[in-house]
Amino acid sequence: MSKYDVLIIGGGVTGTSIARELSRYKLEIAILEKEEELAFGVSKSNSGIIHPGTQNPPSSLKGKLCVQGNLLTRKIAKELGVDFKEVGELIVIFKEEDMPRLLEIKKEAEALGIPKLKIVDKKWLAKHEPNLNKDIIAALYAPSAGIKKEFGNLPRFHIGAVSDNKDPNQIFESRFVINAAGLYADEISAMVGINDFKITPRKGEEYLLDKKLAKLTNHLIFPLPSPTSNGILVIKTSDGNPMIGPTAEDQIDKQDKSTTEAGMKKVLENVQRIVPKISKDNIIAYFAGLRPVSGKDFIIRHEDKVPGFISVAGIQSPGLTAAPAIALLVVKLLKQNGLALKKKILFFHKHRKPTVHLFAMPVEKAKALTKKDPAYGDIVCRCEMVSAKEIRDAIKRGAKTLDGIKFRTRCQSGRCHGGFCTTRAMKILAEELAMPLTEVTKRGKGSEIIKESRKQ
Amino acid sequence: MIKRELIVVGGGPAGMAAALSAYENGVKDILLLERDQFLGGILNQCIHTGFGLQHFKEDLTGPEFADRLIIKIKAIKADKAIEVSLQSFVVKLTDRKVVTYLKPGKFEEVQAKAIIMATGCRERTREMIPIPGDRPAGIFSAGLAQKMINIEGWLPGKEVVIIGSGDIGLIMARRFTLEGAKVKAVVEIQKESRGLVRNIVQCVQDFDIPLYFRHKIKRIIGHDRVEKVEVVAVDENLNEKPETAFDITCDTVLVSVGLIPENELIEMAGAEIEDLNTTSIPGIFSCGNSYKVYDLADSVTRDSEKAGKQAAEYLKRI
Ligand SMILES: Cc1cc2nc3c(=O)[nH]c(=O)nc-3n(C[C@H](O)[C@H](O)[C@H](O)COP(=O)(O)OP(=O)(O)OC[C@H]3O[C@@H](n4cnc5c(N)ncnc54)[C@H](O)[C@@H]3O)c2cc1C
Ligand SMILES: Cc1cc2nc3c(=O)[nH]c(=O)nc-3n(C[C@H](O)[C@H](O)[C@H](O)COP(=O)(O)OP(=O)(O)OC[C@H]3O[C@@H](n4cnc5c(N)ncnc54)[C@H](O)[C@@H]3O)c2cc1C
Repeated sequence: MSKYDVLIIGGGVTGTSIARELSRYKLEIAILEKEEELAFGVSKSNSGIIHPGTQNPPSSLKGKLCVQGNLLTRKIAKELGVDFKEVGELIVIFKEEDMPRLLEIKKEAEALGIPKLKIVDKKWLAKHEPNLNKDIIAALYAPSAGIKKEFGNLPRFHIGAVSDNKDPNQIFESRFVINAAGLYADEISAMVGINDFKITPRKGEEYLLDKKLAKLTNHLIFPLPSPTSNGILVIKTSDGNPMIGPTAEDQIDKQDKSTTEAGMKKVLENVQRIVPKISKDNIIAYFAGLRPVSGKDFIIRHEDKVPGFISVAGIQSPGLTAAPAIALLVVKLLKQNGLALKKKILFFHKHRKPTVHLFAMPVEKAKALTKKDPAYGDIVCRCEMVSAKEIRDAIKRGAKTLDGIKFRTRCQSGRCHGGFCTTRAMKILAEELAMPLTEVTKRGKGSEIIKESRKQ
Repeated sequence: MIKRELIVVGGGPAGMAAALSAYENGVKDILLLERDQFLGGILNQCIHTGFGLQHFKEDLTGPEFADRLIIKIKAIKADKAIEVSLQSFVVKLTDRKVVTYLKPGKFEEVQAKAIIMATGCRERTREMIPIPGDRPAGIFSAGLAQKMINIEGWLPGKEVVIIGSGDIGLIMARRFTLEGAKVKAVVEIQKESRGLVRNIVQCVQDFDIPLYFRHKIKRIIGHDRVEKVEVVAVDENLNEKPETAFDITCDTVLVSVGLIPENELIEMAGAEIEDLNTTSIPGIFSCGNSYKVYDLADSVTRDSEKAGKQAAEYLKRI
């Protein structure tokens, strides 16, 4: 039996953010994650938006944590060498009669402390967003909205050294347990007799557009929010490909992440109303994710009925943005309930070196680097120009599957969808992790890529 | 910066034929850049016969066809007349004809007086059709599966459904069958195949593989690995007939729905493809499958020889 001070169930953005915050202190911490890699649950399919916090009631926990998380993310992105770009968001309206609602959203957002909000008119929009539907009459502009590179990736970087533990059926003992199990948080809580919330998966389908449309919009463009979601939007991503979506459909199945014809139709119809230029032919990839929804707000509390047990549940959107703030709140709850926090003096590894991509640096530097390490000149993924060196680095940083490599390096995520580079990426993975090729998977056990290897 | 007369990008049949013909037409300073470790391009993975009937008047496999060209290139003894640089991946082309390429340990920029782009094509993907449903392991483009079987010696799947009845799809139906896998269906949305009659007979009918015309894959289902596909018949206007829907269980879906010329470098230089082998920038040419998608390697070779001549003539003119 292994003893810990804090056990965290779930290694998504929430769990890993909490772990990182706790690793500032002299504590024994463990994350228990059922998937092959960290952030392969809900966190795998987010849009990469660091929301400013608009469209949340001022009294809500998620509103407050989102505003705080937006600020904290900037700092953490710097520490971990991840690109963060402040692009701003626009919530657009088509009719004068929607103006009162827009002003109300502005007022609520101001109450939450969101900076530099303003209403912009048609003239401003024509200048800054030429591709918007000309029928749009005004928008609420929130400049603090941001996007970050490598969506889904920030959480994976939150924790420095992780030691993998593959021993089956171990018993972990701890004074404190944090339930950050995403879609399964209700089932985990039920195990200790807490039954007052249920998690409903709310599906969001997203569609990625061709990089050629990189200049489609300059901001994140939202329609006026509806009761079930913030609406289907046009998302600027730092990789260039615009993204459209997500839908918001409640379902029962916690595993069904399929996309549907109806979903695609709905997304297209909605975004074409905002940016008429978008067409079905622009779509190059698509996926769906499930938001863990329980009522309208996050549930973050110490369960007094079960001392030492903390629920962090219902972390729907904007969970990615709020994660660093959620972590601070959880640490506070732990302290209030008796966890002694003694700061480490030397051993908190706050910084992480940014990843190296040959084509994101000046030519002279790239030349010098390829000379120094030939593997930089060995391109594996020709669409996104990812080198063998970058792939090996990604594996050293924790990638164990093809998806893990894809999310870290973009290898296989370009125009050819892995047509050219899959075999090479598989071979590098098998070599680095000393496993047979037949055990290389897309995203964990059961998703093996090939059935047999006949070459000795 | 290093200067050359002619740079050919791509060492498939198109690039090799263009380089050889440029040489025969008087160009004596040619740099041939190929990304892969070998010359031959996609031919290396096409181990079936049917190549060369027109060009060499012989029935050859893909690698044999490539070999004929490789031998000719190797036979040229004059220094640098055709210099082949392998593992050399071109990442940039400018309108001033500067080519940037990477090879292990090297990051080079070379300027040429003329350039022939022969970068081939890539395959259309599931995402481009687009087929809704799950995104499990077990979905491959036909060319990727061909590479896995013929080059790597791997078997990607055991129960296969193939989307598209073009030549590549048909050939892969036979290839999987010969490897001991079961091809459960070839599904084609059109009313007939674009492929050669000989391939329909020899690759599908001879093995009793069901070929469904006017049918489409409506959905791919499977959590970790492909489990089944939903198939539905369509009418002449390609509208679905919902009452006809049925499932086929399988562990693999092969997507063979066409090819697209790889023209990103030409676009990067700001050029556009024009008439046979030419682009809007004088002195930058494009041939083979990067110019347009050809059915046969023979026709690629024939037209690419013209490109070599066109480049030689251009170099004499300037
Ligand atoms: C389509 C979509 C788009 C989104 N876009 C944005 C956005 O742009 N900006 C934003 O701020 N937010 C966004 N969100 C919301 C955000 O992604 C989530 O709020 C966040 O990822 C939730 O993280 P989590 O760590 O709480 O959950 P998860 O990432 O699901 O982590 C929980 C982990 O627990 C593991 N687990 C479950 N049960 C067990 C068990 N029994 N034992 C061990 N491990 C277990 C799971 O495998 C999982 O990895 C989006 C969500 C979706 C679905
Ligand atoms: C999967 C597949 C199967 C096919 N099967 C058949 C068949 O059975 N019979 C038939 O007649 N035809 C077949 N074809 C058509 C075939 O492509 C042509 O017949 C012929 O091989 C095309 O020659 P090419 O030289 O234009 O292209 P390719 O043979 O594709 O050669 C292009 C070369 O350019 C290189 N290259 C690309 N980009 C760069 C870069 N940036 N820098 C350096 N080098 C680069 C590539 O590595 C490649 O070697 C098939 C095509 C595909 C895609």
